Amino acid sequence: MSMGKALPHDAAPLHVTGQARYVDDLAIAGALHLAFGLSTVAHGEITGMDLSAVKAAPGVVAVLSAEDLPDMPDCSPSAADEPLLAVGKVHYVGQPVFLVVAESHLAARKAARLGKVSYRELPALLTVDDALAANSRFEQGPVVWAKGDAARAISGAPRVVEGSFEVGGQEHFYLEGQVAAAVPQEGGDMVVHSSTQHPTEVQHKVAHALHLPMSAVRVEVRRMGGGFGGKESQGNALAIACAVAAKATGRPCRMRYDRDDDMVITGKRHDLRILYRAGVDDEGRILGLEFTHLFRCGWSQDLSLPVADRAMLHADNCYHLQNVRIESHRLKTNTQSATAYRGFGGPQGMVGIERVMDHVAFVVGREPLEVRKANFYRGMESADASGGDISAKMKGQGSSRGGEVDLTSRGAELPVGSHHLPVDGRVQTTPYHMPVEDFIGHELVAELERTSDYRARKAEIAAWNARSPVLKRGIALTPVKFGISFTLTWLNQAGALVHVYQDGSIALNHGGTEMGQGLFQKVAQVTASVFGLDVGMVKITATDTGKVPNTSATAASSGSDLNGMAAKAAAETIRGRLAEFIAEKHQVEPAAVRFVDGTVRVAGEVYDWARVVAWAYQARVSLSSTGYYATPKIIWDRVKGTGRPFFYFAYGAAVTEVVIDRLTGENRILRADLLHDTGTSLNPAIDIGQVEGAYVQGAGWLTTEELVWDGKGRLATHAPSTYKIPACSDRPDVFNVALWGKPNREDVVGKSKAVGEPPFMLGISALYALSDAVAACGDGSVYPSLDAPATAERVLMAVRRVEGRV
Amino acid sequence: MTVAFLLNGTPVRIEGEAPTRTLLDWLREVRGLKGTKEGCNEGDCGACTVMVTDAEGSKALNACILFLPQLHGKAVRTVEGISGPDGQMHPVQAAMVAHHGSQCGFCTPGFVVSMAVAHLNGAVDHDDQLAGNLCRCTGYAPIIRAAEAASGEVVPEWMVADRAAVADFAAGEAGAFRPSDSDTLADWYVEHPDAVLVAGATDVGLWVTKQLRELRPVAFLNGVEDLKAVEVQGGQLHVGACVTISALREAVKDRLPSFGELLRRYASVQVRNAATIGGNIANGSPIGDGPPALIALGATLHLRRGDEMRSIPLEDFFLEYRKQDRRPGEFVAGVSFAEQAPALRCYKISKRFDQDISAVCGCFNVTVTDGVVEEARIAFGGMAGVPKRASAAEAALVGKPWSEATVQAAAQAMAGDFTPLSDMRASAGYRMLTAQNLLRRYFHDLNGAPVSVLEVTP
Repeated sequence: MSMGKALPHDAAPLHVTGQARYVDDLAIAGALHLAFGLSTVAHGEITGMDLSAVKAAPGVVAVLSAEDLPDMPDCSPSAADEPLLAVGKVHYVGQPVFLVVAESHLAARKAARLGKVSYRELPALLTVDDALAANSRFEQGPVVWAKGDAARAISGAPRVVEGSFEVGGQEHFYLEGQVAAAVPQEGGDMVVHSSTQHPTEVQHKVAHALHLPMSAVRVEVRRMGGGFGGKESQGNALAIACAVAAKATGRPCRMRYDRDDDMVITGKRHDLRILYRAGVDDEGRILGLEFTHLFRCGWSQDLSLPVADRAMLHADNCYHLQNVRIESHRLKTNTQSATAYRGFGGPQGMVGIERVMDHVAFVVGREPLEVRKANFYRGMESADASGGDISAKMKGQGSSRGGEVDLTSRGAELPVGSHHLPVDGRVQTTPYHMPVEDFIGHELVAELERTSDYRARKAEIAAWNARSPVLKRGIALTPVKFGISFTLTWLNQAGALVHVYQDGSIALNHGGTEMGQGLFQKVAQVTASVFGLDVGMVKITATDTGKVPNTSATAASSGSDLNGMAAKAAAETIRGRLAEFIAEKHQVEPAAVRFVDGTVRVAGEVYDWARVVAWAYQARVSLSSTGYYATPKIIWDRVKGTGRPFFYFAYGAAVTEVVIDRLTGENRILRADLLHDTGTSLNPAIDIGQVEGAYVQGAGWLTTEELVWDGKGRLATHAPSTYKIPACSDRPDVFNVALWGKPNREDVVGKSKAVGEPPFMLGISALYALSDAVAACGDGSVYPSLDAPATAERVLMAVRRVEGRV
Repeated sequence: MTVAFLLNGTPVRIEGEAPTRTLLDWLREVRGLKGTKEGCNEGDCGACTVMVTDAEGSKALNACILFLPQLHGKAVRTVEGISGPDGQMHPVQAAMVAHHGSQCGFCTPGFVVSMAVAHLNGAVDHDDQLAGNLCRCTGYAPIIRAAEAASGEVVPEWMVADRAAVADFAAGEAGAFRPSDSDTLADWYVEHPDAVLVAGATDVGLWVTKQLRELRPVAFLNGVEDLKAVEVQGGQLHVGACVTISALREAVKDRLPSFGELLRRYASVQVRNAATIGGNIANGSPIGDGPPALIALGATLHLRRGDEMRSIPLEDFFLEYRKQDRRPGEFVAGVSFAEQAPALRCYKISKRFDQDISAVCGCFNVTVTDGVVEEARIAFGGMAGVPKRASAAEAALVGKPWSEATVQAAAQAMAGDFTPLSDMRASAGYRMLTAQNLLRRYFHDLNGAPVSVLEVTP
């Protein structure tokens, strides 16, 4: 049984020897190279464009601008508001204005610098305050979801805790930058190689740009050098540019962004301001809570609506909120269009409620973990499982959509109206009225408290701090509850294609893409297990829209849940045919045939797998099958804000210990203990890798990774020299990672749980450990109000606040 | 231009390439060796790391900011050559597979090369050895587990072969101007005062890869052997301009441990192996980490133009932002400084501890005799347009008792020394406050109190 084995990544031997091929490594004879000329102002009308020097530059084959493309292709995954090249106006510094096609990458880059574009500058909205003042937003007004009566509960509460919290964005910093190539085919067809999490979206957008049916465009993705959400929609422009240029020149075209261009052009995690007002009792129990999310979405809609929705959907995290109101503003600014990033708004929602917990604990003078526990949802055993019927009740209420909607994208969400729902009764539900049936926070946190020795360490740290005037340590435990499923219900489907060849070898294809998360290996393990084979028998093949169509983005942590089930279905179809065939030969029921250890066992006989396959072929049994899966139970009415958007929740918790220097704000993580719920892991090695990596990335978001724009809207941190993702020594000195391996109660492949995004939010514990350390610099009268990212500078400013110096 | 070197054990001779063609582009575009990756094209991510061997040994370097002439006469080993001739995995490759050290795999070739070089050199300070390699997927833990697991394994024979092969390799004359002694350089530079002198190319490389500048004429200095010497004489260390930061760190780490620790955090292994102290000074950057420490040490700078030598206090070299006291055709020949300075402390404040550029770099060297400050040399990077002494703060210390009150007064006085800028690394207010607080830290530090978060262990 290969499922559940801690096998290495399927491509690990290729990675370590340099043989693994990425898009820029493909040999494409006669290819031209592309580069964009970029806007230098944040908002302006284009008043003139002199591209003569660009055209005259060595190696330049063609230069395209808006006037060359009267039917300007669109790159948006949502609102058709992203022209490939600026038309008339520019909306941020870095927006592509013209396209250079040249004989080499360097020639294209050099020529792109020679364009002379003049602008009449318009006022630029750069901050959430700018956008609020100008009422510049996507959708008509703020989205408001409410449950109970928050305002009344707060006004009647013994204490009110309120604050404002700035949360920075995050650059994906996938090591492989955005890259694509297009190779023209006979009859105008196009083959596209793209480093994308969403080949079907690229196929759809390229087809649209070339006025071709989707069937005339084939997109192939063998692997990405990292994605993290940054390749869900941000690769569209390169693929479209390559296809347009390839059609225009008749030659293959390829494009990769230089790192600085990549960071300047592409969207990042949304930054936001969170306003909160909580009414609490003396124990820190939340009686009423109001959140305002002010999202800085950038110049185009992209995926901002579902991202901001997901932040609202995670504004509760593990805490039962009886009376809650969440107001979400999706503000339009003259900056890069913020986009999907691991967690997709979830981290932003969650870091907000954890701030509330931290602040409430400070105000009521209780240990923060006790306050957190006091607000937890009820445990699984006591929850009323009958609440899950909500999906059945709502069946058929979903509206069918079509027409101009981009069916392939999460951006297809439509604007939502505000609504009110009554407070729930005995069954604990989320603010969006989904019953929480599977809450394991109590047990999981208790286990982590024990294994991390949280209480003893907390006491030891307090004693240490008392005798350390300059350096202070801090510790925090934060939990995670993350909803699994695309909130756009129709995306929760997947297809797979499995071939068994005459010699018994197997080729596997499915709609998921590989960006390092080990999806291909997990799905191969699932497939091999169906046949009772070693995973080595399964050849993993590149994602290809010509093999499996209509795929959803590999996103929302859904890759293995969806594609694993689809591949399992395909494999089971073939296994069923083989079983029937061999059973008939032995005059037994097909159910009596077993596929184990590379053999087929029936009626006391043990046949070699390959032999059975050869027989079946000769007997004209089909050895190829598609497989299909659609997630059950989920239903979500975004307009009403009710339903069951998630099939299940994935849980986790982390304890982080830090040390800070009160003179400079320098800080670092000393130790982290993580316990994360993966259900019955499909591959514990890969899952631990996801958890470790996600934690470090999440902690990076909240500590060293700071995006800085200047007053003209220029991104000042546009390279790794100035934008600092965690380096090797930033990982915790002591890093204990364990999986909570109890089976998923839902029928997910192998009883596993999705793991891509949820552990990212374990990094939130680092921020609150820093808050704890900062608090230790004061006398307990001033809350640190530590913003994120907690750079040395922000930590020092918080220290000075609690010291009463500012 | 002719350049000859050994590539994965095989001699190659390159003709007709521009002298600023990078090794990375040549490997990928001409040679078809696609294992070496471009991650940032500026020497900050390490995805392009290659091993370069010469008479000094084998080192990791970033191929993206390495110009072909810099490799003349050397041996280059890419990830493809880290595996054995019959495709056997190197122990670090096998360990990376076994310990799940790769996820997306894009940074992996660079890590593997860095790890293989460290393994060859017997280095086990893994965090420092890998500080120049960024990984966004794994959180590094499995990579370190792999490095630790491989450290006990025998070095494969193909990894040591370059050392002997490069000694026997007759590269011939380089086509580009690549002098082998400083007299030749001095004569040529007087004739070509507009030339760009390329030592390690860790900054000049970006002029080419990011600013897309054409550089000519250009001289490559990494063959100038007489500028690579480190000598001790009369209590002074004399360091040639072409001494790499790695070699400088080696020279000072026991004598001047705080300077050594500062240099540990100077960029990354790959950059330190290329960058030179002469380049760090001549570049005139206000945020280079070499000058503040050297100024605090009272260093003397040696400049040469033709046959004319002159020596000046290092701080006098920095006139204003990016303007140095260097005449056309004159170059930095070396720097001399005290070999011992027990009270020297160097503090670097940056967003990330490793491989980051200082927001503030403060270096303190205060001599206290009988409880009274006799001399104070305090120099900062990141606080002005040049590396600069905190004269007012120094004046507030000298002649006063070494006490908390004196330090407070000096910190106050420091406000008159600098008018720092706000930028993406820090605000002006933070810079000033931190500079003042570093003086307070220095006081605690000399009193033996723990002041560094890096020294706290869980």
